[in-house]
Amino acid sequence: MTDKTVSLPEEKPHSGFLKNNLRSYGMLMSLFVIMLFFQIMTDGTLLQPLNLTNLVLQNSYIVIMALGMLLVIVTGHIDLSVGSVAGFVGAVAAVLMVRYHIDFPLAIIACLIVGAAIGAAQGYWVAYFGIPSFIVTLAGMLVFKGLALALLQGQSVGPFPATFQKLSSGFIPELFPGAAHLNPTSLAIGAVLTLILVYASVKGRAREVEHGIEVEPFGVFAAKNIVLAGVLMYFTYLIASHRGLPNVLVIMTALIALYGFMTRRTVVGRQIYAVGGNAKAAKLSGIKTERLVFLTFVNMGVLAALAGLIFAARLNTATPKAGLGFELDVIAACFIGGASAYGGVGRVGGAVIGAMIMGVMNNGMSILGIGIDYQQVIKGLVLLGAVCIDVYNQRR
Amino acid sequence: MTAILEMRNVSKSFGNVQALRDVSFTVEPGEIHALVGENGAGKSTLMKVLSGVYPHGRYEGQIIFEGEERKFRDINDSEALGIIIIHQELALIPLMSIAENIFLSHAPSRFGVIDRDEVYRRTQQLLAQVGLKESPDTLITDLGVGKQQLVEIAKALSKRVKLLILDEPTASLNEADSAALLDRLVAFREQGISSILITHKLNEVSRVADRITVLRDGRSVDGIDCRAEPVLEDRIIKSMVNRDMAHRFPERQPKIGEPVFTVENWSVFHPQHPERRVIKNVDFQVRRGEIVGIAGLMGAGRTEFAMSLFGRSWGVNISGRARLEGHDVNLTSVPAAIDAGLAYVTEDRKQLGLILADDVRKNITLASLAQVAPKGVIDDIAELKAASGYRGRMRIRCSDVYQEAGQLSGGNQQKVVLSKWLMTDPKVLILDEPTRGIDVGAKYEIYCIIQELADAGRGVVVISSEMPELLGICDRICVVNDGAFVGEFAGPDATQEKIMRAIMRNEALTNQETAA
Repeated sequence: MTDKTVSLPEEKPHSGFLKNNLRSYGMLMSLFVIMLFFQIMTDGTLLQPLNLTNLVLQNSYIVIMALGMLLVIVTGHIDLSVGSVAGFVGAVAAVLMVRYHIDFPLAIIACLIVGAAIGAAQGYWVAYFGIPSFIVTLAGMLVFKGLALALLQGQSVGPFPATFQKLSSGFIPELFPGAAHLNPTSLAIGAVLTLILVYASVKGRAREVEHGIEVEPFGVFAAKNIVLAGVLMYFTYLIASHRGLPNVLVIMTALIALYGFMTRRTVVGRQIYAVGGNAKAAKLSGIKTERLVFLTFVNMGVLAALAGLIFAARLNTATPKAGLGFELDVIAACFIGGASAYGGVGRVGGAVIGAMIMGVMNNGMSILGIGIDYQQVIKGLVLLGAVCIDVYNQRR
Repeated sequence: MTAILEMRNVSKSFGNVQALRDVSFTVEPGEIHALVGENGAGKSTLMKVLSGVYPHGRYEGQIIFEGEERKFRDINDSEALGIIIIHQELALIPLMSIAENIFLSHAPSRFGVIDRDEVYRRTQQLLAQVGLKESPDTLITDLGVGKQQLVEIAKALSKRVKLLILDEPTASLNEADSAALLDRLVAFREQGISSILITHKLNEVSRVADRITVLRDGRSVDGIDCRAEPVLEDRIIKSMVNRDMAHRFPERQPKIGEPVFTVENWSVFHPQHPERRVIKNVDFQVRRGEIVGIAGLMGAGRTEFAMSLFGRSWGVNISGRARLEGHDVNLTSVPAAIDAGLAYVTEDRKQLGLILADDVRKNITLASLAQVAPKGVIDDIAELKAASGYRGRMRIRCSDVYQEAGQLSGGNQQKVVLSKWLMTDPKVLILDEPTRGIDVGAKYEIYCIIQELADAGRGVVVISSEMPELLGICDRICVVNDGAFVGEFAGPDATQEKIMRAIMRNEALTNQETAA
């Protein structure tokens, strides 16, 4: 018998809207406030085009891994090995390209396959043998850290071929090289992307109205889209006024869009959430729970490999220490982004924002000259605070 | 006789919802007082006020216990006076022993070191009092729910209980275990311990209660002294729901067709003890439009039989033949069973049936996403329409289909689970305890839905521990005991006595076998 259900308060059509979405907007607001804070504290250094571009480059691999980690966390598991796997794959890439002079596209493919195989090996124990993922991936963390060390024989291996470096340090080619200051191609891509997003949301709203589904008030809708478009265009402008869109940003944006769509709109995405929400009920509803868990680990392995490649390309060398501690940033990003440690809850957008919050804080505190010691203290407290707020909100 | 407990004019509200209005309630020493009412009538709230879950000041009214006004700050205050509440969800730690559980919070100890011999001795005494023969070292997880319930009572006794409150203690017990438990309450009454019994089962009420209080919508609407007047179930039901429940079950005119689902020689072995055969060469058949009941005691293998059919979700070394509409079907995995046209509505809604944190819509479409997701991409409008359609058809009471399933009442949750399985368009539905933990009004609605399903030409199998329910809705009742089908009755011929006799006769047979 539950007293909660004595009578359900009739909700007015729109009163629930803001409340329901406060959580996702709350995340964005936090990011905004943090950015504003550092923008003021660093006298505008944070959002200078050069720094912004660096910010993207520095955090791309965290964001990419957070996409995979989010799925792992949503199924109710964890992957502690991603940092080691990223480092190991970077080492494999160095051995293939620097020692054996294998062409970079082939080497990239080989590395991604290695990542998938690692994910499969770990996922197998978790999904089909029921061994807690914490233990399996803790073992994986040690194994791949050790293997990276062995593979590199304790030394740094580099430099990489110039074409491979472009993966991280390259920018999309400028089609109209005449304009020296702004990159028109990048600006155009940003504008087109913004238009597509606004068009899609207008179209989606129209479709809901057509089917008689309640939608948010027009004012809120319009304001949301104008703000979104404005922010997007502003950042495009900033990025374009340095050297244009970095290749990594393109890859990252495509992956975010892909995973966002996958989690919200596809059957596989829905089933992953169901497994995390209640694995037994999902199984009795005909969902192949083991296989899904297995696949989320394979996916994690591939993304960790990609992140490892990007990181190696950025440093232009593979070192035995590469990837050290990445897993903590990645996991923190997911939890700051509202994922639940119990599984079943979490959004791609949240994880990306979480990663950005971590990134902006790292960057901002470095500019301010805060030592690495206190940076960690502050990051730790932010993680705890973010999760506390989340738990508090859910209890209400 | 002065009352041991008197609650005077208790009111309690949550926001603008008035959960209790001016309820007065007394319990006399050595009395079993039944508290009945629909879900949401305020029974649990009243007991939470009494036990201090809602501390003094958060409700209006007075609590007088043993002649003094009490202002409990929390549950420890009430426990210290001997008011012990045993909740529906048992608060035992599965991987600890009986003794450790009983003395979890108050183990006899010297300088903080637990006196294990004393714990063992006192546990033995307590277990004897509640009629359990288990060793105090037995782990809770190795006990059935019925025995766990008795351990909870032993734990209450260890705290020198004066007033024992049981919140639906027999909800998940079979008839034999329920009877054993109620006998304990009667024995305690002899020793002067009073009990408050919250229950949905009216036969229990009339069996053991000295007095009955009926709550409806937060008010006390009826009080019956069973020692002074006869207890009429209809009167209680009428007070509970304020409507005449002469028809507790919908009228039924079955239209039974050809066999739709046939199981032959079905055997299943226990997953943990693979040498133990749990289901023994069962033959079973359901016809189109027929409602078949499966009766039997808890542990007879009813749920195990159903789950082994549904994609081998339970058991190992499963053998036998299953045919749907005359053709052999592959039931080796849950997706295969669903594709074949089988649906299984679990007895454990919260653990196995629903994703409580997800909304109603997602729960309804979970087993048939392909219908609303051409090419693997969910069409959210098609999904919304499908879910809203079931919401209307099944009369699911929720603010909208985006409400979390965990926030709904038991009856509405069950309708969500039923919707999920209806959406898969099954030929045969197996409903395991479809009305467990659901109030009388919602039960009637579920019965109507079950009938509609059968009338639409599906085969329906109902597993239930409540015999009146099976007798009220089924066209045919099969009796299971110890993993074998031991009797079968046509609906109109079946009586509780006949079913019980079929079970007992088989028990006697198996006992003879083991003796010989």
